[in-house]
Parts: sequence; C-alpha cells; structure tokens
Amino acid sequence: MDAAVFIVSAVVVLTGAAGVLVARNPVHAALFLVQTLFGVAVLFVLQDATFLAAVQVIVYAGAVVILFLFVIMLLGVDRAEDLGIEPIAGQRSVAAIVGASMLGLLLTVLLVGVDGPTGARGANAALGGAEDNTRRLGEALFTDHVFAVELTALLLTVAVVGAVVLARRVRGPLQPMPVVTVASATGSDDASATGSDEATATGDDPAAEADDEGEAG
Amino acid sequence: MVVTTTWYLVLAAVLFSMGSVGLLTRRNPLVMFMCVELMLNAVNLTFVSLGADLGDLGGQLSVFFVLVVAAAEVVVGLAVIVAIMRRRPGATADDLSVLGG
Repeated sequence: MDAAVFIVSAVVVLTGAAGVLVARNPVHAALFLVQTLFGVAVLFVLQDATFLAAVQVIVYAGAVVILFLFVIMLLGVDRAEDLGIEPIAGQRSVAAIVGASMLGLLLTVLLVGVDGPTGARGANAALGGAEDNTRRLGEALFTDHVFAVELTALLLTVAVVGAVVLARRVRGPLQPMPVVTVASATGSDDASATGSDEATATGDDPAAEADDEGEAG
Repeated sequence: MVVTTTWYLVLAAVLFSMGSVGLLTRRNPLVMFMCVELMLNAVNLTFVSLGADLGDLGGQLSVFFVLVVAAAEVVVGLAVIVAIMRRRPGATADDLSVLGG
C-alpha cells in the first residue's frame, strides 16, 4: 500500500517537475508546480508529517503559486516563451551535463557511499505518530526553538517591508534604467570636454528617449 | 514492498537535479523562481525523510523554517521581478546584466 502511494506520488512529482522545465507558457509552469507540490504533500502524509503536509498545501500551493500567478497576470508575461532559440551557445548541453553529473554524484553518495543516516536517534525531540504530530511540533517550536520562531517573525516583517518598497510605483517621472543613467551622467560630467564626447552623449539620447517611451507605453 | 528512506532520498535527488537543470536552462525569471521552489521542495523531502528515519522531530522543524524562508524569498524576489518588468517589459534573465560590468 505504502509502495503504491509512493510510486503514484513520485510519478506525480516528477511529471510536474518535468512540466515546469518544458512548459513554454509560465502559467502552465505554475500549474505544473502545483502538481509537484501536491505530490510532495502526499509524500509528507506518507511519512506522518501531517502538519507539514497541510502547510505545504496552504502556503505553497495556496499562497506562493497564487503569488506567482498574480505576478504573471499583472505583468502580462503569460505569452509563450520560444524554447527553440538558445541565446548562449551550448547552454542547454552544459546544463544537462551539470544536472546529470549532480544527479550521479547524489545517487552515488546515497546508494553506494553511505549506509543510512548517522546520528543519535530521537536526540532532540521524539517523533510521534501522525495523530500528535502537530502537538509535538508546536511544543518543540514554542519551547526549544522559540527564539528562532521570533526571528522568522522578524524575517517576514522585513520581507513584507522590502516587497512594498521594491514594488511600489514611483511618483513623478520615471527614472531611467541604470545603464542610461551612467551614460547621461558621463555626458553631463563631460559637458565642457571635447566635442567627440558631446557627440557620444547626444548619440545616446535617442536611445534613452526611446526607452522612456517604452516605459510610458 | 517496503518503502525505505532511500526511495525518498533518490526521488529528492532527482527532483533537485531537475530543478537545477531548469534553473540553468530557462530564461524567464518567473520560471527560474519556480525551479528554485522545486529544489527547495526536494530538500524539504530529504529533511522529512531523514527525520522519519531517525525518529527525530528536527527534520520537520527544519522544514518549517525552510518554508518560512522560502515564503519570504518568494515575496522579495517577485517584488524585484515586478520592479524590473515594469521598467523593461519582457526582460529575460539574459537582459539583466547591469551588474555584470
């Protein structure tokens, strides 16, 4: 029974991951990611980690992927990406080699190198069954690891503030991109310099204006 | 057939490798983020599996904190992507080479 559940959820997880890799449309990739996350949640249940399975579904599939979809829809980047072109020559083959060697290394370590995990069994907190998993997790979190929990609260606050600062719409005219800023700054600094520099600066201006137009549109 | 910890670890290794390959090949920053999530999930799976194998709650506690950090990372990363995409619609990871010198 366990083996059947494991095999089915492993297939679900791996097909979802493959879908994320090859989906041309980002929306499809997000939906394949949901499939993988649900499969991992099933594997958590199979290992009696019921609380984490619930959190996996609620936080990952419920919040993170919805956030992804919000951003995709908000930015209108849901058009298909052409996977046929390869901007950096040999990138795909090198990535495949890197991934295959990483997998080979991991499998070698797992299957040949070590004989199971090392360490004391149940050293920190004993693992209960599925029934009292949430209670034990809560007790461990709010007694032994309460300082770390406080730190996660701080981290989440910092993340929220950072996200608001990063994503807020700037008032007034849009600032140019850093590349353009560097070019125009050089132009204004060398305003009294030779004519060739002037020519370069004015030569850069149409590009900057075109950039501004693109931002306005 | 008994499901041993090794099964989970092998599955997590495959999932992690697939995520890393996706991170290296895809150019859409959003899809690259999704591949990072795949890798994080693979690591979470190893945490839970080894925790179950050792009868220790520490693995699940680690996963809890990984979840929190992943959520914070996604929030900040998506804000960065929104800020970039607002300036340059349709930018891919190859276009963001300002810091590359």
